[in-house]
Amino acid sequence: MAINWFKYSAPSTFYGLAGKLVPWFAWPSAILFVIGLYIGFFVAPTDAVQGEAYRIIFIHVPASIMSMFLYLIMAAYAALGLIFNTRLSSMMASALAPTGALFAFISLWTGALWGKPMWGAWWVWDARLTSELILLFLYFGFIALHASIDDPRRADRASALLAILGSVNVPIIYFSVKWWNTLHQGSTVKFTGTSMHVAMQQAMFITLVACWMYAIAMTLARVRSIILERERNTQWVAELPEVRS
Amino acid sequence: MNWGEFFAMKGYGFYVWGSYGVALLIFVIEIALVRHKRIITLQQLRLLRDAEKEE
Repeated sequence: MAINWFKYSAPSTFYGLAGKLVPWFAWPSAILFVIGLYIGFFVAPTDAVQGEAYRIIFIHVPASIMSMFLYLIMAAYAALGLIFNTRLSSMMASALAPTGALFAFISLWTGALWGKPMWGAWWVWDARLTSELILLFLYFGFIALHASIDDPRRADRASALLAILGSVNVPIIYFSVKWWNTLHQGSTVKFTGTSMHVAMQQAMFITLVACWMYAIAMTLARVRSIILERERNTQWVAELPEVRS
Repeated sequence: MNWGEFFAMKGYGFYVWGSYGVALLIFVIEIALVRHKRIITLQQLRLLRDAEKEE
């Protein structure tokens, strides 16, 4: 069976598809959060060094990973929109930005609440923390720049440039614990394996998948409104049952 | 282990629940905002259409 993928790059078809997909990501996300946190709080043992405080890891690490990945995906969509002039790609970039910014905020917030009992400080100007803060500001910059230009296509192009240039920051965040001598600990989970207890790994992996599904559900739900707004003068929008009623 | 002990997190309760509480709050707010935006967008589309009909 051949699927015509280009069909779904048209906002009119993607609008309906996105609407159908949202619950398929939203509900599994909620269920996985419950399972992941159950394992994280009731199955995973107390950490030998950090005691119970380490349990912040099950939201801190997934949120941090999401904030970086969502930025790269946003920049990739923005670049596609810039190069191929595809409307939907730019709309997807705009839809991803708020969710990415929120994950960056959660990463910093939970990091502060973890840093206080472990390091004795809510915040330090450490390479890892500072580059993550810059990521949050890049998200804000993208959203603000897009909002400040009236012509949506020009706004797409200007903010795409910002998104692409800002993506340099993502590898800096990732490698910051290796390149600089930071207070932030190195990666516990590496490509070569991990020293973590198996229940801790499972809990973190499950909450990470839950965060992924949450982000996809939110982005798809948000892009539907963006599509309606930007295609408001088209016939297909006027004919939608939810608009006609 | 009873629930009191569980929520105390051996003295780290404030940090652990402060992390999860705010994360949950942010998710709830984002879901509400996305739903609100959909309602507003649909309302605006209907207003726009009605305004055009009157012309």
